[in-house]
Amino acid sequence: MQISVTVNGAAHQHDVEPRVLLVQYLREHVGLTGTKIGCDTSSCGACTVLVDGESVKSCTMLAVQADGSEVTTIEGLARDGELHPVQAAFREHHGLQCGFCTAGMVMAAVSLLDELPDPSERDIRLGLEGNLCRCTGYHNIVQAVLAAAGEKP
Amino acid sequence: MIPAPFEYTRADSADAALAALSEHGDEAKLLAGGMSLLPLMKLRLATPAVLVDVGRLRDLSYVRDAGDHLEIGALTRHRDLEVSDLLGAECGPLRAVAAEVGDNQVRHRGTIGGSVAHGDPASDLPAALLALDATFVVRGPGGERTVASADFFQGFLETALAPEELLTEIRVPKVPGATFSYEKFNRRAQDWAIVGALAVRNGSTRVALVNMGATPLRARAVEDALAAGSSPADAAEHAAEGTEAPADLNATPEFREHLARVLVRRALEITA
Repeated sequence: MQISVTVNGAAHQHDVEPRVLLVQYLREHVGLTGTKIGCDTSSCGACTVLVDGESVKSCTMLAVQADGSEVTTIEGLARDGELHPVQAAFREHHGLQCGFCTAGMVMAAVSLLDELPDPSERDIRLGLEGNLCRCTGYHNIVQAVLAAAGEKP
Repeated sequence: MIPAPFEYTRADSADAALAALSEHGDEAKLLAGGMSLLPLMKLRLATPAVLVDVGRLRDLSYVRDAGDHLEIGALTRHRDLEVSDLLGAECGPLRAVAAEVGDNQVRHRGTIGGSVAHGDPASDLPAALLALDATFVVRGPGGERTVASADFFQGFLETALAPEELLTEIRVPKVPGATFSYEKFNRRAQDWAIVGALAVRNGSTRVALVNMGATPLRARAVEDALAAGSSPADAAEHAAEGTEAPADLNATPEFREHLARVLVRRALEITA
């Protein structure tokens, strides 16, 4: 099936099988491998991207469902060489250890702050419940998101 | 994990969806948000030959005031329920339970109609709608019919929906002054409930249980005990009566029965 998807501002057209998952589409057809496949069962959140501005788990969405949508991946956050405030806060506050969950954590945090610009620490912990960090580095991740909330993009 | 091959068709109206279902019969499955169906297809526990995508039927996404009840479009996403002021004012328990489904990412995609039609006894919303005495509006080739929530959930992942029917709307009575509590016990924050208990007090008290049998259940023995004047603690002792709790790697039936009594008591003490 022919689909048109805008990924990080660039228009893409591909002919895909209906069963191709959005995460596969992004990694294998568009060639953006920043989005990670973790559990592949919509539990861990490593594959989180924004579809029309909202966080979704791209392992549990078909590429054909994104036809006509705007998708933002971790590669699309920085502007003119400047990290997105959430990315900068993750670096500043060391919100990562092995880094595997990071792209998904950052995308989930961007969506969370869009919906809840002034979150409490508890709001952040609840808001990131769909993202697992198996290094268990949650403390610094939460600190990074709190810091990013204080510096609105 | 990749689903088995299937044919995909996107319905641009409820009529188009019904036509596709009539054409393909039980070879076809409706795809709404996909939060339950796609994981099953990836595990190849479900292998529909045709997916009929109704996810873009925005005219079936709404929360409307209809006098003594609210009308909720079947394709209204959990996120839309979570932020609906109308739902919060007139049916607070449903908004609170919608906010407990999965996680933000799941709530951005998943729909109330999808959850109801899937009929998973471990899901939050079917039990809540059972407690609230909701009515489901169903369209099929022969027209429209309504089904009471008490008659809708018939077995494990089995509902009153026929293969050629589409759930279009959920009608839920207003309970503006109700007190309520949803107690959800799980191991990881975004998981399904190992057991869940919802109590809604609006004059009388109604109690529903999540994951205590093949379908969502009303804890009738608890409700009857409360109506007869029992204290919350005494009434909660009846929480496991009439249930058939499943066994899985998370819990034995006995542990689930214990959880039901504890969670019902907590919910009743909050709503009392």
